[in-house]
Amino acid sequence: MTAGAALTVSGVSRAFGGVYAVRDVGLSVAPGELRAVIGPNGAGKSTLFALIGGQLAPDAGTVHLDDQRIDRLPAHRRARLGIGVVFQAARVFPGMTALENVMVGAHATTRAGFTAAALRLPAHRREEREIRDRAAECLHRTGIEDWADRPAEELPLGQQRALQLARALCGRPRLLLLDEPASGLRAAERDRLATLIEDLRGSGLTILLVEHDVAFVMRLADRVTVLDLGRTIADGTAAEVRADPRVVTAYLGTGVPA
Amino acid sequence: MSDFIGYLLTGLGIGAGYALVASGLVAIYRVTRVVNFAQGAFAVVAAMLTASLLGAGLPHGLAELAAVLTAALAGLLVGAVAIGRPGTTPGTSLIVTLGLAVFAYAVEIVIWGDQPRSFPGLPGVAVVGGARLQAHYLLILGVTVPVFVAMAAFFARTDLGKALSACASNPYAARVVGIDTRRMGLFAFALGGALGGLAGVLTTPVQQVTFDSDVTLIVNGLAAAVLGALTRPVVALAGGLLLGVAQTMIAGYGAGAYQLEVALVLMLTAMIVQAARRGAVPEMAR
Repeated sequence: MTAGAALTVSGVSRAFGGVYAVRDVGLSVAPGELRAVIGPNGAGKSTLFALIGGQLAPDAGTVHLDDQRIDRLPAHRRARLGIGVVFQAARVFPGMTALENVMVGAHATTRAGFTAAALRLPAHRREEREIRDRAAECLHRTGIEDWADRPAEELPLGQQRALQLARALCGRPRLLLLDEPASGLRAAERDRLATLIEDLRGSGLTILLVEHDVAFVMRLADRVTVLDLGRTIADGTAAEVRADPRVVTAYLGTGVPA
Repeated sequence: MSDFIGYLLTGLGIGAGYALVASGLVAIYRVTRVVNFAQGAFAVVAAMLTASLLGAGLPHGLAELAAVLTAALAGLLVGAVAIGRPGTTPGTSLIVTLGLAVFAYAVEIVIWGDQPRSFPGLPGVAVVGGARLQAHYLLILGVTVPVFVAMAAFFARTDLGKALSACASNPYAARVVGIDTRRMGLFAFALGGALGGLAGVLTTPVQQVTFDSDVTLIVNGLAAAVLGALTRPVVALAGGLLLGVAQTMIAGYGAGAYQLEVALVLMLTAMIVQAARRGAVPEMAR
């Protein structure tokens, strides 16, 4: 596994029709850190996610991956720099098997270009074999190897989510972005996902986890950033954030889930 | 009986031309979800250019090759205008291609005039099963079928083919795995241009071309492509061949000059059947 990258977001704002979805948000994630971003609905979590992943460009502020500024780069360039993205919605490629879906995820790391692929040169064939092996390994890692040869659109929701994760991992990311990966999963699936995320963190990957489920996050994250109405209201360890009165009033309401 | 075989083979030859136009539409639609109404113009440009190059003394083969490559370039240009601007929806791009198809008339008339053109193809007459037909029809078939087999294999088997298909099936996800969807789209347009050019170069020796031949080509090609829901090359080939044979049979045994009507009826039937089964053409990509 490739070493994790540092992510630095500073002073980022993005408005939609004059209303700020994210306003002057900054966060700094160290290599290998598992950072959670939480907040109530409309806090700006998804916007922040899209600003880092490249689905949106900020109106102001910068995003750096290690020392490279990425906030003006299109999504595919960011992917090639090592950002793996798992959307909340199941965005798989229908009409291809699960294995093929994951193989497409290695596209960002292939070296043999258009010509080699079209002519099926030996270098390309060797690479294709490597990618196939790597894809199978990623399916195994996410626990869906039994679905490898099934069309992606036939997989149940939980497995489609796992498939997206496998696809992202196959691109050998240095920063993994997860958007509400636990939503819609059953308790057992959720536990398995938590184990997998811990395992990934253990391998040195930097992970940014955007999540609505506070209990899920508190258990996993090194540090937690809390957003409310587009602004950062707290940033610290799970224990610190849990004790922060602003978080308690703005987000957690009257009590803190264990 | 020999009449029947003659009509059948001629129909297959004509149908292969439609299928080639359809293949370009399929290549572009599969990747970009844009129905390219400038597809017929690629065929016209390639045919006109071949006529000019042959007239200037270039040998057969070379002239056709140059014309197909020029059509690929034309495809790239149309693509650049139609999908070059980030955030253009497939629906908007479709209208742009329609505009470019009309603009192509002007360019063609300025360069080549408004008179029909043609050039000789494979000479001679072939006798198959007692039927006599122009040997060139066999050449059209002989080129078209391998082109389709190669294209189907390309999309289904190769990494690049899968990456191209991924662009169409889920552009968001394609981008986050590092696929440059715009570049892939431009590649598809260039490929579509080459296929359209090939259609023009192959069919012109048996049916002369004018600047507005693209209407006939696009209607027939679209009818063939729609049969395969615009995404399946092999079904589009079958559709093109069926259409060619149906038109030739009707013209041979009944009244001629109903070719476009046959194509339109086939297209409408296919669309109604598909709509009843699962919603006409797959919805525009989000």
